[in-house]
Amino acid sequence: MQFKELIVQETNNICEQLSSYEDRHTSFKELFLTKDTINFGPIKLLDRASIAMRTVILFLTVLTIYFFSTLDYQSIDVLKGFTDTFVNFKTMFLNPYAQRFTLGEAFYNVVVTLGLAFLTTLIGGIVALLLGLLAAQNLAPKQVTNLIKGFVAIIRAVPTILWVLIFAVAAGLGSAAAIIGMSFHSISYLTKAYSESFEDLDRSVIEALMASGANWWQIVFQAVIPSSVTYLLSWTFLRFEINFANAVAMGAAAGAGGIGFDLFMAGGFYFDLREVGFITYLIIAIAIALEVFSTNIKGKLQKSI
Amino acid sequence: MALLELKNVTKNYNNECCALDNVSFSVDKGEFVSIIGPSGAGKSTLLRCINRMVEASSGEISVDGLISSSLSKKKLRKLRTKIGMIFQHYNLVDRLTVIENVLHGRLGYKSTLAGVLGRYSQEEKSQAYRIIEILGLNEQIYKRCDQLSGGQKQRVGIARALVQNPKIILCDEPIASLDPNASKIIMDHLGNISKEMGITIIVNLHQVEVALKYSDRIIGVNRGKVVFDGAPCDLTTRQIRDIYGSESEDLIIDLGERHAG
Amino acid sequence: MRDDIFTKRRNGNLVFLLALLILSVGSIIITEYDVIKGFTSITRAVIWGGSNFYPDAESLRILPEIFPKLQETVLMSIAATTVAAVLALVLSLAGSQTTRINRIFSIVSRGIASLFRNIPIVAWAMVLMISFSQSPLTGYLALFFGSLGFLTRAFMETIDEVGNNSIEALQATGAGYFHIIFQAVLPASMPQMISWLLYMIETNIRDATLVGVLTGTGIGFSFDLYYKRFDYHAASLVVLLIVITVIVIELVSNNVRRVIL
Repeated sequence: MQFKELIVQETNNICEQLSSYEDRHTSFKELFLTKDTINFGPIKLLDRASIAMRTVILFLTVLTIYFFSTLDYQSIDVLKGFTDTFVNFKTMFLNPYAQRFTLGEAFYNVVVTLGLAFLTTLIGGIVALLLGLLAAQNLAPKQVTNLIKGFVAIIRAVPTILWVLIFAVAAGLGSAAAIIGMSFHSISYLTKAYSESFEDLDRSVIEALMASGANWWQIVFQAVIPSSVTYLLSWTFLRFEINFANAVAMGAAAGAGGIGFDLFMAGGFYFDLREVGFITYLIIAIAIALEVFSTNIKGKLQKSI
Repeated sequence: MALLELKNVTKNYNNECCALDNVSFSVDKGEFVSIIGPSGAGKSTLLRCINRMVEASSGEISVDGLISSSLSKKKLRKLRTKIGMIFQHYNLVDRLTVIENVLHGRLGYKSTLAGVLGRYSQEEKSQAYRIIEILGLNEQIYKRCDQLSGGQKQRVGIARALVQNPKIILCDEPIASLDPNASKIIMDHLGNISKEMGITIIVNLHQVEVALKYSDRIIGVNRGKVVFDGAPCDLTTRQIRDIYGSESEDLIIDLGERHAG
Repeated sequence: MRDDIFTKRRNGNLVFLLALLILSVGSIIITEYDVIKGFTSITRAVIWGGSNFYPDAESLRILPEIFPKLQETVLMSIAATTVAAVLALVLSLAGSQTTRINRIFSIVSRGIASLFRNIPIVAWAMVLMISFSQSPLTGYLALFFGSLGFLTRAFMETIDEVGNNSIEALQATGAGYFHIIFQAVLPASMPQMISWLLYMIETNIRDATLVGVLTGTGIGFSFDLYYKRFDYHAASLVVLLIVITVIVIELVSNNVRRVIL
């Protein structure tokens, strides 16, 4: 009983306060006449979004601290490890030198890696174009799009290296397993990107063409693909850059050949840091060149279309 | 002594002549001044030179007796607290609440740490609340700014400027993105602020009719030069042609109607 | 005239297809890719996978061995991403066009980001392997450096996207650099940044497998071990666990994104 009264009283107080504020300030003239302070709570809004963000940050921080606290520091000398790494990096980047192969051979192997990346991107692009059309909500029924999207998510969850190694059992270690294995992630990535580009197309355009009696394939080739071709190409170039990095990694980890394999041999077999440095420089140069190239192409495409 | 004084202010971008060309005028306390002119005439640059968001190439600007171009970084920040500014695109932090955005106006008075942590005193919060109330936003006080209409956002912008306790408020095209109804509310508020609080308002405007209705004084700018400076009733069709050049055709019809009415 | 456009477009398409064809043939020759073997391997892999590559009851015995490895890999990816994100935040604030302090800082931090992003993860793994041998720190640092490069670039783009307008407004109120960062830039860009961070964790768990295969640590090492022993039932169990982990993290991330963006 007492508690209830208290609440009623409190509510009345608040109402009174609020209504008195409403009456008091109606024009700017009075703004500086009143000096009384209003008792104010916190000004930060704790909505779902900010609670979620705080939870995520807290959670990640706790897990990070847990990782470092459970880390086994006994078996290695951490400080020595860091100083060694620093010295190694100095050797690597300040004295790069190749002795087990010539510059020509190195370039040949870079081209092999680029070839791997190209074929992977091509296969990925062709398959993803079909899947992307089927995964776009404005072009295919909902059951189909959900099926494709689920399929693609599962493909993406398996790391590329595992795809390549799994295919290596059937096709043997080498370029065939690497290309097919790497294509899986390209398909998954590009399907998602393509279908989102297709979904950007206005529904009314499709409706207009349907009303004029065009069938599905005609709509796809006359409206959908032409209007999104810029996006398709720029996503594909972006994937090519990623595939170059992947091809380097697969060369190292799955014997797919190319410059990645040289890198693995130099680092993991000969322990020759100067050669690792040389190859790293080469790879960085190619990666930056690809980035510049794709930015330029993107700029040109956007201008011409 | 005038509150704001510009002497021979010139601004060149990239050595090209001349966003502002030898601009001189002075403004008194509580005046409502509209700056009109075609787009690209240098209105925006002129406004931003006053609080040194843009550095003038030469000339002298004094605000409240202080020559602004000679001020150190710290003193400049202090000067800027005396000059509120509102923008065409409101320039609010969309994800924050109305009250947080309004209190941003107090940051210039705060130490680094207090400002970083967002610690505001009860007096500051009360003041902000009263301003928000007068501007008719008390129901939106804890709403995020991305949920507001354009007119409401601009009122938050005004509140942010007022909470600074400014002597001057600079308004850069405050109603260019608003519908006529919201525009009227915003201009009425600005008019009241200058009349009742004695705060000087300098506003860049596109619409001549609006400038005529609200201003004590109109400054016409074309190609970086002041081509008209006087009371609204002195503005003639010929002078509007001077200000707007070839753009003036449809504007003159409006003025004709005013004279007829 | 109209014919011209059509023939021009058709010719353009022909050139494009021809270029693709030449590049494909060139790539096939230089990589010694056996096209027929490549595609037939898909059916063979499916048949083989169906008959050998599934976890059987016997392979479940390895679960107690794998779980600590999986946990280590997940924690390693999260720790690498989180610490990299903190540093990336500092670098991106110094590097972004809108929040940079001066040109030199900006160029330096952009340079660091670009360098770290483009150094292949294999090179990191190889070099760190030499000093840290098969400790989890090897994998941790390899992931950390790659994440630092990627996140710096992503954060920089985020800041440039959200920035400008509200920064200008706060500058005009006289707010200082750190006020602006903490009151405008961070609140506005935090959701997008957390979204990038979650994406990076997913990517890092996959990359951790690669680093594990290369350096003999974590879950990647477990897979490699069973794979090389031809214990495909156990290897497939490892793959299944990775898939479940990645999908769970992706689902959680998607839900978080839906709430915060």
